[in-house]
Amino acid sequence: MELCSQCGEREAVIRLTQVVDDKVTNLHLCERCAAEKGVETGITFGASPLGGFLAAMGKESEGLPQSVVGDLGACLTCGATLQDFRETGRVGCAECYAIFRDPLRTLLRRLHGSTHHTGKRYSAPGVSPVAPSQEAADLRSALGRAVQAENFELAAELRDRLKGHE
Amino acid sequence: MIDLSLLADGGMAWLDGSGPESHLVLSTRVRLARNLASHRFGTRTTEEEREAILAEVAAAAHSTGSLARAMEFRLDRLDPLDRMLLHERHLVSKELASPDAPRVRSAAALLVQDRTGAMVNEEDHLRLQGLHSGFDLKAVYQNVSRLDTELGQRLAFAFHPEFGYLTSCPTNVGTGLRASVLIHLPGLVLTKEINKVLHGLAQVGLTFRGLYGEGSEVVGNFFQLSNQTTLGQSEDDLLDHLGKMVERVIAHEEQARQVLRREAPGILEDKVWRAYGLLRYARSLSFEETMNLLSGVRLGAGLGLIPNLGFYTLNKLLVYTQPAHLASAAGGEVPESELPTRRARYVRQVLESEAERRG
Repeated sequence: MELCSQCGEREAVIRLTQVVDDKVTNLHLCERCAAEKGVETGITFGASPLGGFLAAMGKESEGLPQSVVGDLGACLTCGATLQDFRETGRVGCAECYAIFRDPLRTLLRRLHGSTHHTGKRYSAPGVSPVAPSQEAADLRSALGRAVQAENFELAAELRDRLKGHE
Repeated sequence: MIDLSLLADGGMAWLDGSGPESHLVLSTRVRLARNLASHRFGTRTTEEEREAILAEVAAAAHSTGSLARAMEFRLDRLDPLDRMLLHERHLVSKELASPDAPRVRSAAALLVQDRTGAMVNEEDHLRLQGLHSGFDLKAVYQNVSRLDTELGQRLAFAFHPEFGYLTSCPTNVGTGLRASVLIHLPGLVLTKEINKVLHGLAQVGLTFRGLYGEGSEVVGNFFQLSNQTTLGQSEDDLLDHLGKMVERVIAHEEQARQVLRREAPGILEDKVWRAYGLLRYARSLSFEETMNLLSGVRLGAGLGLIPNLGFYTLNKLLVYTQPAHLASAAGGEVPESELPTRRARYVRQVLESEAERRG
């Protein structure tokens, strides 16, 4: 019996092949982890793309700093809490993405297989854009720090972002 | 009732069958989800805030080239029938077309000019969209991207250096781009290859829906194929990937049709002409039956078995046989029990005049 490469507990029943940047990765998943990844194991219609992701998110709110989430763990701009997000599946405002960044990163990685935007860059009117060369230099030094600290997951992410700049 | 004749082609240029691969692909849609940085997102906005968002967007839109002459529809103030009419023409989402007025968000609006438009106060503040006839991903994206650039210079969009364009639902974050190709696949359904193909698409990050997008069922063998993820790949990469996969699906469908022609020409011809006969002479047609029969006839037209039938006519039948269009043709609400006879009469008339016209 082949075990699920996600949870390592249940039997893998589906092979998920992802092609990103011409690289093929194969994951062997159990039914539950496949559903959480938004992979339909049969031909079904109208399944929610968020599926069981949200239930797992509350646990990740515990580590958030009090200064940004207020006493009740709410976003100070729109008042939304992680609990609200779990219930509605909708983010409250732009600030929420910064405040709940860590749990959202986990979710985005599972939903999209990535946490970094590599498409169109945008600067709002009146805001001077960060020079790409400066951003790349910042990324390079952050990458150096991540490697030194042996934080290889972060290093991999930073490397992907750097690729987008080069 | 609203007068959609003021819109170029009644907002239905996407149905005209003029685009690439029109015998298989009805239309290509690209939408970009955008939010204003200075306002809370959809689920947390108040009525006043939504009015302010609409005012800001409308003012900015009118100074762009893409939407300078746009028609504006306030969906919250329209009759349910009119909302449904716009939905049946694929101009607004199901969410904005609810017959139940309180469920349509206040200040929900559609701005539309030619083949480009913007839904305002949908799940996101802005859903920029383009809809073209046939299989035409690059051209649609170009139009929508131009609108995005123009609006982004006038309004401050919510953008995060790491996550990209921020959206109400995390499934849309990053590029905010969802591209979909509405394709007719009866050959793959008849040869029972369709599940294999759909399963294959799921494995390469694509998904499928029915004729009317999210949550809609597949009817008449029409499938909307679209990208599942929006983050981690550039807009061009997402479009290239979907485009390549759709090309493969087209090749599979063509192959399946050849197999049917070779292995079961008699059965195929009979199926196609039976469908035509029923549409031409039936006195009562349900929506689902109509879709299935139109699928058969469309297959026949694609294979040259029914020579005198244009794709534009078939495409229009898909839209005009739906409830709000039948009611609109009758000048107002029509009891549900009358719809099947009205539908059959309408289809009969169209096919009759098409046959006369083309001799």
